[in-house]
Amino acid sequence: MSGTQSRKSITKTESDEPKAATRTASPRIGVLAIQGDYDAHAQALREVGAEPVLVRKPEQLAEIDGLILPGGESTTFLKFLERDGFLSSLREFVQTKPTFGTCAGCILLATEVTHPPQKSLGVLNATVERNAYGRQIDSSIHTAATELPGGPLEMVYIRAPRIAKTGEGVNVLAQRDGFPVLVEQGHIMAATFHPELSADHRVHQRFVKMVRSHMGRSSR
Amino acid sequence: MADTHNGNGSFAPTSGTSLRLKVGLAEMLKGGVIMDVMNVEQARIAEEAGAVSVMALERVPAMIRAEGGVARMANPKLIKGIIDAVSIPVMAKARIGHFAEAQILQELGVDFIDESEVLTPADEAHHIDKHAFKTPFVCGARNLGEALRRIAEGAAMIRTKGEAGTGDVVHAVQHMRQIVREMKALTVLSEQELYAAAKEHQAPYELVRIVAQAGRLPVPNFSAGGIATPADAALMMQLGAEAIFVGSGIFMKERATPLDVEKNPKEREEAVSRAKAIVVATTHYNDPRILAEVSAQVTGTMKGLAAAAIEEKEMLQTRGW
Repeated sequence: MSGTQSRKSITKTESDEPKAATRTASPRIGVLAIQGDYDAHAQALREVGAEPVLVRKPEQLAEIDGLILPGGESTTFLKFLERDGFLSSLREFVQTKPTFGTCAGCILLATEVTHPPQKSLGVLNATVERNAYGRQIDSSIHTAATELPGGPLEMVYIRAPRIAKTGEGVNVLAQRDGFPVLVEQGHIMAATFHPELSADHRVHQRFVKMVRSHMGRSSR
Repeated sequence: MADTHNGNGSFAPTSGTSLRLKVGLAEMLKGGVIMDVMNVEQARIAEEAGAVSVMALERVPAMIRAEGGVARMANPKLIKGIIDAVSIPVMAKARIGHFAEAQILQELGVDFIDESEVLTPADEAHHIDKHAFKTPFVCGARNLGEALRRIAEGAAMIRTKGEAGTGDVVHAVQHMRQIVREMKALTVLSEQELYAAAKEHQAPYELVRIVAQAGRLPVPNFSAGGIATPADAALMMQLGAEAIFVGSGIFMKERATPLDVEKNPKEREEAVSRAKAIVVATTHYNDPRILAEVSAQVTGTMKGLAAAAIEEKEMLQTRGW
């Protein structure tokens, strides 16, 4: 019965021209859903006109135009990635496709991780220190100026890491106490805070824009 | 309660800073497994297996049930040792109404406090005023009214109570089904019917209205109480749980005997296999092929105690209201 259902929905999409057109226009952006605040990211993506896809298996990477690595526990992410041969597929993906990491996701993207040291994708030219601001009791919300247009940005920090050092090619878009908190390097974006937990979606808009321009470039 | 909410039922970014940070951490734990641990070695195994958090306690519910006596907050030395041993968030339990234990846990830097029916209640009428703390709280519930009363007091996460320490999932299922059913029922009521619904649920009208509009709780809804196997975890996730607590299911051998993970490599391996399998099952709860695969990798399962065989007065879930 479920087979009939899915066939029906495929037929519907194919015959429904306006819908197909919208689909090409709105990028499909994966959110790594091993665990973490993937729901909050999916909701933010919907609100800025992208189509979220919860990614739990490596083969799903082929279906998406960009990827968000959400907040959560980076140690847990790594266990899964190591287990399913996921890590090598993901390494390949982040080499060429737009990827945005928040908090644990930022840790995963960095070239070097400290406190304690752990494996990473090594695509963001930066050193990231885990739990650098302390425990949950030290979590906080700040509003500060950024390079984004449109005034100060609210930033929600939860057991946040710190970008201790950035290398060549990294563009710093916002800082906290002199350390970068929002950065960009080519097709990679990273934040140590959680833009998905704020009503202001400028950071997600910027990422979706990056994904769109990338879609144009790769003859899709 | 002055907090507003957004369309997907979470407290909105316009809510108080403290509550947003508390619920924010709960969001980070979604899709994960929180494991009860009684020593540093168990905590390391949990982290190694991919747990998103550990609950530090002196005796797991199965032992409390078997041994009796007054169950209290764990010794701060034990909690500190576990905090130092792992990089993931650490939770600990305070007795219902025992705000002094909660103050101590906050001082220790615990990331989440479980005001838990598993410990012996300290107050038969009042739960802890959780708004008074900077550390977030999780509380157990058997039905929607109980969940909303805890949220009104400041809980940032709800979990089903189930019947802890049994390895029998039947009550966790009952509580999750009841909460989901009662939320669904609210969504079809008219505005003026919500006042009476609030009275029936013995919960604040404002919170009842939030649930009626969103069809879900304004804080993450996790499951606990009797979850012992990968299949149990998958069942609870499919029924609507957003993450899983496993208490006695990983480190217990017989009813009151834990696996010896410190000195017996074979028993350590057994605990690792259970922990890993439940973690994978919680993420891939909708994929029977993966569930079959990880279930096969488990060696041994907690023997357990059928919840139906427990007399009402021996039940932990009836503590708190």
